Amino acid sequence: MTGILKKISQINFGLMSPEDIRKMSVTKIVTPDTYDEDGYPIENGLMDPRLGVIDPSLKCRTCGSKGGDCQGHFGSINLARPVIHVGFADTIHKILRSTCNTCGRILLTESEIFDYREKFKNLIKNEESLTKIIKEVYTVARRDKCPHCEEEQEEVKIDKPVSMVEGNYKLTASEVRERLELIPDSDALILGVNAEKSKDGQQVARPEWMVLTVLPVPPVTVRPSITLETGERSEDDLTHKLVDILRINQRLKENMEAGAPQLIVEDLWELLQYHVTTYFDNEASGVPPARHRSGRPLKTLAQRLKGKEGRFRSNLSGKRVNFSARTVISPDPNISINEVGVPKIIATEVTVPVKITEWNLEEMKGYILNGSNLHPGANYVIRPDGRKIRIYDEIKETVAENLEKNFNEYTGEGSYVVERHLKDGDIVLFNRQPSLHRMSMMAHEVRVLPYKTFRLNLCVCPPYNADFDGDEMNMHIFQTEESRAEAKSLMRVQEHILSPRFGGPIIGGIHDHISGAYLLTRESAIFNEDQVFQILRKSNLPIPDKTGEKWTGKQIFSEVLPKDLNMVYTAEICRKCDECLKKECKNDAYVVIEDGKLLTGVMDEKAYGAFSGKILDHIVKEYGTDSAREFLDASTKLAVSGIMKAGFTTSTNDEEIPQEAKERIEVHLDHAEKKVDLLVEAYDNNELEALPGRSLEETLEMRIMQVLGEARDKSGEIAESYFDINENHAVIMALTGARGSMLNLTQITACVGQQSVRGGRIDRGYSERTLPHFQKRELGAKARGFVHSSYKKGLDPIEFFFHAMGGREGLVDTAIRTAQSGYMQRRLVNALQDLSVKEDGTVTDNRGVIIQTMYGEDGVDPAKSDYGKVVDLDKLVDEMRIKSEK
Amino acid sequence: MQETIEKVTKVVKKKRAKFTESLIYEIAETVEKRDMDDKELDELVKRVKKAYERARVENGEAVGTVAAQSVGEPGTQMTMRTFHYAGVAELNVTLGLPRLIEIVDARKKISTPTMAIYFEEEFRVDEEFVRTIANQIGKSTMNDIVQDFHTNYAKMNVVVELDMPKIEDKRLNFEDIINRVEKAFKKVQIDNNVLSFEPSKPSIRELRLLADKVRDLQISGVKNIGKVVIRKEEDEWVIHTEGSNLGAVLKMEGVDKVRTTTNDIHEVEKVLGIEAARNSIIHEAQRTMDEQGLTVDVRHIMLVADMMSADGSVKSIGRHGISGEKASVLARASFEETGKHLLRASIRGEIDHLTGIIENIIIGQPIPLGTGSVGVLMKQKK
Repeated sequence: MTGILKKISQINFGLMSPEDIRKMSVTKIVTPDTYDEDGYPIENGLMDPRLGVIDPSLKCRTCGSKGGDCQGHFGSINLARPVIHVGFADTIHKILRSTCNTCGRILLTESEIFDYREKFKNLIKNEESLTKIIKEVYTVARRDKCPHCEEEQEEVKIDKPVSMVEGNYKLTASEVRERLELIPDSDALILGVNAEKSKDGQQVARPEWMVLTVLPVPPVTVRPSITLETGERSEDDLTHKLVDILRINQRLKENMEAGAPQLIVEDLWELLQYHVTTYFDNEASGVPPARHRSGRPLKTLAQRLKGKEGRFRSNLSGKRVNFSARTVISPDPNISINEVGVPKIIATEVTVPVKITEWNLEEMKGYILNGSNLHPGANYVIRPDGRKIRIYDEIKETVAENLEKNFNEYTGEGSYVVERHLKDGDIVLFNRQPSLHRMSMMAHEVRVLPYKTFRLNLCVCPPYNADFDGDEMNMHIFQTEESRAEAKSLMRVQEHILSPRFGGPIIGGIHDHISGAYLLTRESAIFNEDQVFQILRKSNLPIPDKTGEKWTGKQIFSEVLPKDLNMVYTAEICRKCDECLKKECKNDAYVVIEDGKLLTGVMDEKAYGAFSGKILDHIVKEYGTDSAREFLDASTKLAVSGIMKAGFTTSTNDEEIPQEAKERIEVHLDHAEKKVDLLVEAYDNNELEALPGRSLEETLEMRIMQVLGEARDKSGEIAESYFDINENHAVIMALTGARGSMLNLTQITACVGQQSVRGGRIDRGYSERTLPHFQKRELGAKARGFVHSSYKKGLDPIEFFFHAMGGREGLVDTAIRTAQSGYMQRRLVNALQDLSVKEDGTVTDNRGVIIQTMYGEDGVDPAKSDYGKVVDLDKLVDEMRIKSEK
Repeated sequence: MQETIEKVTKVVKKKRAKFTESLIYEIAETVEKRDMDDKELDELVKRVKKAYERARVENGEAVGTVAAQSVGEPGTQMTMRTFHYAGVAELNVTLGLPRLIEIVDARKKISTPTMAIYFEEEFRVDEEFVRTIANQIGKSTMNDIVQDFHTNYAKMNVVVELDMPKIEDKRLNFEDIINRVEKAFKKVQIDNNVLSFEPSKPSIRELRLLADKVRDLQISGVKNIGKVVIRKEEDEWVIHTEGSNLGAVLKMEGVDKVRTTTNDIHEVEKVLGIEAARNSIIHEAQRTMDEQGLTVDVRHIMLVADMMSADGSVKSIGRHGISGEKASVLARASFEETGKHLLRASIRGEIDHLTGIIENIIIGQPIPLGTGSVGVLMKQKK
């Protein structure tokens, strides 16, 4: 691995003078044709061989290197008449407006010039933006009379895109150029053109260089032609444009030489201006875009750079890479959270480069002898001279021999590098788009597995936001030792259990892990010894000695807890009773762990769930990330074993309630609907009292929404009272936080409730009514989208329609939100990415400007904090006291 | 309490720990609450010091990117619902993603400016006083205080009978109303509580316009403030307003200058200065997040706020603010308006020193952050 040989320290930007362009040019381009009849490039044409070669079998006429190595050479076109560069049209206009039309001086007095020069110097010294002050100069430097030569000034206007009009006279590009030439270097600086001469007499820009007299022609490597299957050649858009320019240029020259009438010359000149304009920017305002024969607008220089698919964002800020793989993901609860299952077919394709040393020589030889098809094999060897050799079955023996020979007779020119297959224990980068936060790219250890999908532990789904409905993920293989070391200490999954967003766990148990832990640890869970051993064995936990006694589930779970863990908290299933019975809780929601023994309480989402796992949080912070990983691996496996012992299933039977309950709900909903009718009646009779600051209509809507909301909640409560948490699996899932909510269940059993569009009841559709089934201006519950039925009972057509309206709004909302928040995040990242913490604890940007004197006012890293605090003082005191008691 | 704080400060000094003021305060609070003795305090400070050292940010940490991600990532989980009833059911307030975008954009005109006006101690429970102030602040138009309003086409005038009890109820001053009316309309006759207006030209059109004008005449209220709502919050009266004018409200008597706030960040900047604006950004962003049930560490929001207010005025995040004023040409060009930045750089002869992240990615060099922010310096052999 070669280190950095040279570092680019700076990039200077500047304009090119006509001399520069000519000096750079290897040939003048004159002929508008590209190839002759035999298919050979024409000399002095756009495909002139001196402009560089693409074909690897040819040699470049200019630099002598082969195609692929030659980066190409510029040519040039001498324009018959000067042409304005579109990108600078605005600047040219502003400069003309601010300079004298006869002497070319800036329209400022000497003292003003002096002041501005000082200001410029200061700003440049501090690397601050000049934009504002230049804008100010453009507005100040507008006088009717030149302060230097006393000449009367006439207003110069711009006629988009590139025409300059002085009074009524349209200036030609030549005239514009002449005027710009008059501007002295010192005045140009304040006008925003850095024309100061450096010590060696070099200038980075001159105002007149914004008007082109010579046009550089980019090398063919920039605009390669493609040969279609039919053998036809298809030229690049830029080439097409250059052909246009050459053609018109030629005609203009001929006409001028022949002494054609002024009118014709001017027309051709304008046409040349159009072609040069669209050559630079085909989306310039006021210019009809140049089109391809098929009608597609051409992609010219500016379009190549601009936007999401442009050079900057697509090829420079983000680059395509080798040594990566992508496939569908699927779950595997048996691998550790910091592992990833890699299909064998991928493992034999992507490789890790390994340098031969005396310690790995035999191993590497083995890989080479396995060849490129057998799994722990190798695909390539790189010889010390840099040649890369593919390992085929026919040559693998010779390669292995050479390798050994080179090693034994090591001469100092470097060693062989073997590109071996991926094997268990290699560290790789795993990623799922959209990569919204740093947990979207984490380092995993490889487990080579059969079949064709990536396998990942379910606990890492939340940070990646992954599910298995066809999601695909990417894997990247580190190619240097440095990167592997960095990844191992910073990017491994266990280092990211705590989210830097809020200082709590983002990786943790989900779905069945949680219902499983609940089933295992609830009070009624008692197992005989055989069952216990089965469960423990399945979770790879040590098997204790036989005692013949029965075990409670809590005892089993205690096996995975650290032996000195002490914790007290309330579980997710806590019903928030008015008076907490603590250890005597009926729901067993009061969790007490003493010395690693779970005494009371059940394990649920609050124990080790993603986003809210308290035990997990405690273990990461007190016992370190590796213990946390082990805990998560063991406890989730235990939970899965637990759920398998108990058996777990759900169906609509779980949402079944007795007839009596249905009747009660019916009565209740009818009552609510009557109440709505009463409210409407009161409103019609003008008896409704308006809330302060609200109109009568708004008040009515709010009251109705309130009544109907309460009605649904109440009907849900009725339904809920018929559910039994010990029997009903759907309820177990909702209450433990595994999946779904009580609201989902009540919508299935009791009543779906009010549908809303734009935050209120549905009030759109036909004139003054939602559907023709209702009276005009009807304000009742049903007429405005209240769904009285439950999902299980089924919605009637009207309800179904309203439900679809609400559903559609939700979908549209999501689509818009993703776009908006994506853009916001891009802006945030772009604005903040250069900030970093310096040695003295300050936060500075890349210019060294201090943004914060101490990060976050206390220098605490949120990822290492306890939910944003340095420490939980109460917890600390508790710990201290427990310790001192002993 | 003061004593405890001093005691803790002393212990902290003895242990040679550097704690922030807030941390010392928290420790002191715990000491009082848990009734700790000196030995325990010693032990506590020792432990906190250890924890504090463990929790420190590492040098070179890319805190900016982490902050941006932490603020941006929950955006996908936020609602798009523009209006929500936040606490005060009577007022609409923009919340969710649109509000967050508004804050980050540093919009000059926010969609729902609102104020919460608190009162000084002696007036807090004085309902009468608060109502009077509320009516001075809130916008009232002629329409709110008329008893009878009719347009007389025969006599070509508009006759308005004022509702004296209503004026009383709104705690308005009759004299003031009359003054305002006389100032706004030239042709007006006042006969006790009956006012009659005449149009400048006797035409039906003019008369109708006049009627509307009379009805909409603002007779009291602070500029830019519309509706007001008075609410009792924890034993004190608070005024919530639609619209905002912090400068004018703070000048009013009895208004608590410390707690009275607005959600308009630019107004805070104008009236109270940049530090207040920074705090306002933090407060508003945090509130928006909390309301959605999303937890984001303050430190991330602080960094965003500090970046926005670093050079003394509130700048937006995006091409018109921070990103558009970066020193590096490549960084600006790769964000937005690529062509503009490249062309401008060329005539100004700008130099890119390649110190930022994007620039180094573009040219394929290691980035100067984290691991890349350190180098190795070899000691030369003599």
